[in-house]
Amino acid sequence: MTSLAFIRQMLQDVRHQKMRTLLTLFGITWGTVSVSLLVSFGEALEKRIRKNQAGLGDGIVIAWPARTSIPWQGLGKGRPIKVNEEDIDALRREIPNAVFSGEYSESTKAFRRERVRLTPEISANNPVFAVMRNIIPAAGGRYVNDLDVDRRRRVVFLGDKLKTDLFGEQDAVGKTVMIDNIPFLVIGVMEAKAQDSSYSGRDKDKAFIPGATFQGLFSERYVSNFVFQAKTMADVPAVTRQVYEVLARRKNFDPADKEAIGMWDTTEGEKFFRTFFGVFRAFLAIIGSFTLMVGGIGVSNIMYVVVEERTREIGVKLAVGAKPGFILRQFLAETLTLTAVGGLIGFAITLGVMAVFPASLDEYVGTPEASPVVLLTTTLLLGLIGGVAGYFPARRASLLDPVVALKLS
Amino acid sequence: MSDDKGRDGQMIRMRQIRKVYSTGRVEVEALRGIDLDIPRNEYVAIVGPSGSGKSTLMNIIGCLDTPSSGEYVLSGETVGGLDRNRLAEIRNRHIGFVFQNFNLLPYASALENVELPLLFAGVSARERRERAAAMLEKVELQDRMEHKPTELSGGQMQRVAIARALVNEPAIILADEPTGNLDSGSGKGIVGLFGDLHANGQTIVMITHDSAVAKLARRVVQIRDGQITEDRTVAA
Repeated sequence: MTSLAFIRQMLQDVRHQKMRTLLTLFGITWGTVSVSLLVSFGEALEKRIRKNQAGLGDGIVIAWPARTSIPWQGLGKGRPIKVNEEDIDALRREIPNAVFSGEYSESTKAFRRERVRLTPEISANNPVFAVMRNIIPAAGGRYVNDLDVDRRRRVVFLGDKLKTDLFGEQDAVGKTVMIDNIPFLVIGVMEAKAQDSSYSGRDKDKAFIPGATFQGLFSERYVSNFVFQAKTMADVPAVTRQVYEVLARRKNFDPADKEAIGMWDTTEGEKFFRTFFGVFRAFLAIIGSFTLMVGGIGVSNIMYVVVEERTREIGVKLAVGAKPGFILRQFLAETLTLTAVGGLIGFAITLGVMAVFPASLDEYVGTPEASPVVLLTTTLLLGLIGGVAGYFPARRASLLDPVVALKLS
Repeated sequence: MSDDKGRDGQMIRMRQIRKVYSTGRVEVEALRGIDLDIPRNEYVAIVGPSGSGKSTLMNIIGCLDTPSSGEYVLSGETVGGLDRNRLAEIRNRHIGFVFQNFNLLPYASALENVELPLLFAGVSARERRERAAAMLEKVELQDRMEHKPTELSGGQMQRVAIARALVNEPAIILADEPTGNLDSGSGKGIVGLFGDLHANGQTIVMITHDSAVAKLARRVVQIRDGQITEDRTVAA
């Protein structure tokens, strides 16, 4: 039995069942659209929210030196803990699998640019801060670099909103802003980003300058807070414990005193987020699968009718020597082909919906796209449902008694 | 290709064939001990009234059904206890069916219908086409090859069916009331075709209740109540 003849015979069979074929296709097409759209919408929403979350940073921990809450080696509780650049350097030395940046925050310095006066939030920090916090310079600019820190350069990187407030639509890079009457060179403007959480205002409203410059100009010895990022999410608990140990040793407090250094572990949210979206995605996939399954039941029903109607034909084929396996494969392949064609049409419709999906909604629900996950989920489900839907009618056909099928007796 | 003969020179050898149908509580004995030998190149008509068991006998001869007991050797091969796949192979290689209602695939052309047994025998597409075309020529339908059954007359349809039955060079042609659905003119043509086939050495078993048709066979086997009541050979 050549496969070419097999396909030819199948096409012949399908050609003579046009109406049925169309109805069958509709069920599968509808199911495919449901599955692929739901899964891609779920993915898009997750990506959107992840992007918004990433506005604060990727798996970072923000630490605020505070006051001790446990007496330690004869020292009372309530002692303020202050952290300076040397302490941050010690953390860098002793905890190699994480990066650190101190941050000085200040919002009393007057910014002046021509007639505009503002007092935005200043964040003074190190180059690695931008990496941790997903601050990306727009084309034509750059963030604070190591040389800026070493030489205590008077340079400023502006949040996109702040830049507009100060410069309007004009280009800002290369121009000068007065901060407390000291001229600062604008070296870059932040690429607009979504940010759904913050601890001292949105980055778009802030001005970023080198930590050392801030220290030197404004005589600040201690950081307001510091930010760190472990190499992998799994390292976060160990790195956090080490941070407490190192600082407790240097600052003389109980390493178990969690209140001495307040921490916001943004990876806690990530864990919840991951679980939530795992469940959410499964939920959408299940709803879609049920729709597709209903389509599959339709296919199965129609194939039962087809088998019923073609009983005599099956009888003839069996009489002239078709093996039951051939009949089984013929009907199974027919169902699978129908399913595949229905699926392809459904997928084309899904792509169409994606193409006309309004860009204005991207900010809220993201943009659904035909990702590998969507493709794989849909294809696997289609194959599974087509196989199951086709198997039972095909099996009935193959088990027909040729005598009965030919209505001989 | 099939063996020409069984060990004892018989194409069909039946011993004490019984067939019992059970419908719920009632058991119906359709065949009650049939002994039948059909040698090569025999032209046999099996006749009998309806309900006599002749259709059951035909199903068993054609390996569409298996006997409840007894021994059946077809072309040297014992049919009995074989699974559905083996039976399908035997039908494909040894039996050529000709049915009363033609049983052609309605959407396939005459040529495609004739090719069908070769398809299941695993013959290549080119050879299938050639052999099917040659067979249609033999039944004088060379100019109807691409016609669908609905575009053919009853006599033509039956000739397509005969071409299909012959195409895999079967040990026997098994015909069930082959003229039953034909007008007398077409019927005569078909009967004449069977005569020619027989003259060329083809073994033919024909089930019929038409005594006129049966008379043309060399041998007439009469069935009544599941038993052979008469078996006479007609002088050629």
